Amino acid sequence: MKIVWLVWLFFSCAIGAYYLNMIIFAEDKSALLIGKASHGHYQIELACGACHTQAFGGAEAMQNACENCHSAELEASHDSHRKKKFTDPRNADRIEILDARYCVSCHTEHQVEQTRSMGLTLPTDYCYHCHKTIGEERESHAGLTYDSCASAGCHNYHDNRALYEEFLLNNADQAWLHEPAKLDPPNAASLSRPATQQSITQAEADAAQEKINPKIMQHWLSSSHALAGINCSGCHAPTKNTWLEKPGLAVCESCHEQEADGFKAGKHGMRLSNKMESHLGAINVEESPLEFKPEAAHRQQGCNACHSAHEFNTQFAASEACLACHNDEHSLAYLNSPHGELWQRELAGEIDAGQGVSCASCHMPRLTEKKRGKKITRVQHNQNDNLRPNEKMIRSVCMSCHGLEFAINALASQELIKNNFSGKPERHIESIDWAKKRNSSDTAKTK
Amino acid sequence: MKSTKTITFALLSSAVVILFSACGGTEKSTGIDPKVYTDSLFAVMKADRTNYTKLIIRRLGPIGADAISPAEHWKDLENGAPLPAQMFRAGAEAVADLTDKFTYSLQSEWPINKQNAPKTPMEKQGLKFISDNPGENFYGEEKLGTITYFTAVYPDVAVSDACTQCHNEHKDTPKTDFKVGEVMGGVVIRVPL
Repeated sequence: MKIVWLVWLFFSCAIGAYYLNMIIFAEDKSALLIGKASHGHYQIELACGACHTQAFGGAEAMQNACENCHSAELEASHDSHRKKKFTDPRNADRIEILDARYCVSCHTEHQVEQTRSMGLTLPTDYCYHCHKTIGEERESHAGLTYDSCASAGCHNYHDNRALYEEFLLNNADQAWLHEPAKLDPPNAASLSRPATQQSITQAEADAAQEKINPKIMQHWLSSSHALAGINCSGCHAPTKNTWLEKPGLAVCESCHEQEADGFKAGKHGMRLSNKMESHLGAINVEESPLEFKPEAAHRQQGCNACHSAHEFNTQFAASEACLACHNDEHSLAYLNSPHGELWQRELAGEIDAGQGVSCASCHMPRLTEKKRGKKITRVQHNQNDNLRPNEKMIRSVCMSCHGLEFAINALASQELIKNNFSGKPERHIESIDWAKKRNSSDTAKTK
Repeated sequence: MKSTKTITFALLSSAVVILFSACGGTEKSTGIDPKVYTDSLFAVMKADRTNYTKLIIRRLGPIGADAISPAEHWKDLENGAPLPAQMFRAGAEAVADLTDKFTYSLQSEWPINKQNAPKTPMEKQGLKFISDNPGENFYGEEKLGTITYFTAVYPDVAVSDACTQCHNEHKDTPKTDFKVGEVMGGVVIRVPL
């Protein structure tokens, strides 16, 4: 009997030591995973500390971790269901059913088999808990099922910037395509350059002679860097007496901070985010569950993955770079789609810059803001920012060229998304019709 | 010797207990009455709300210099400004970031957004009371979840025609005949006890 106890004690200690070592010392913590992470977090599922910041921090610590990465995005989306709406004691009965103060109440991780679109791990009729009387308040909503609120192209839980009634009315009856449809050129980098900085000639290049390669020299001379007065040492020698053969993200972001922040917030660069203490390194193409070209499997994400070094050709980065890796149905249909054809015409110089539609035109939209009266247009480098839900694209992307109704219908049409918008939307979302009907009946009542 | 130590210990313990009891009693007697606390908070809220309505919205909005556009979806406008009720709610949300010692909200028996209708029995009772008894406030205690709150409800009176006009004309309003000086809703302040 004593031996049995000793054996039990030995194995218990061994198991305890194994997991203690795993938690504290081991670099590979995959044995601790209680389930695969969702599509949003699979890249960092082994950077446990990114979300589990404290061993005994409870729900608040976890919430802080969520907000650490996602709060800016939620703020920018005019989040319709901010946490603060639910901290009011009057909602105590509601949070007993669904605790909307915490992201994980709806987005539980490591339950990939129960994870739906948008990382949702709840039944899709969750709106019912708070909005059960909507059918009585809106004639148009009577009889609608609660699993249709956020899945029919009408509402989203967080981002409703292009879906609220006034916006629908203000943008109703628009033609499907604006004439002329053209994007503003980005000007953020040129505005941040000191006015005194002049372009540089070959003779002024400050790399050691043995480092100079004619092809590289030619690429650099035609790049926006040389034109903006950024010499070889600007990137290769960020500090005195050092020469970096392959300057990385840290050098790029010393000038292109916002672009780097966007890159690190998206799936291309999330592993490199300084918001998490991980040493996973940039993701390789082969680590992604999406469909990629076999020859791209070894490629690793970084600024130069899309912006080839020295040349920094933004036209290449806008489509060719994407198609060098992405191999899904939507990407493969691009070149023969109306958008792709326009892009090829722009590359051929047949139409103006900004009239073509590259991958980046939609997935890395140009965002314009005014600062001290000056219009600044920069490229959003988080290509995932407007993807989930895709209605996020309506304002920042689609409406640059298309009418609202067409945009809503197109983004709700799965076949159209697959064939890269070659054709007409197969779905019609009634939200604009309902808003117009309600508006006209209200106007009639007023008269 | 042993008994002397025991007696000394007993005396000291008693002194400590009495001291703490006395301190506790003093704290209780000098603490702010929840009613005074919520009345003071409401005074600040009302002053700020009235000032924002008159000094900003009325003066700079369409009825004044027409330099800003107060609008429900103000973030979509380059010169958009939050409506007074939205400014008030923004204050409540900002306070929620700073403290959990009190919360406040703006509610109405005739809400434009139905989520702002009185919901708890005490909110319903309080909103009805201030509407039926102009100029009076309502106070009570209620248990929400596991916490008991001191709940005060103050009348939210239309201070400007900007308030009545906007509410009367809004397509979601259940009441279209508000007049300046009338109670349009109530400010509900809660203090956890």
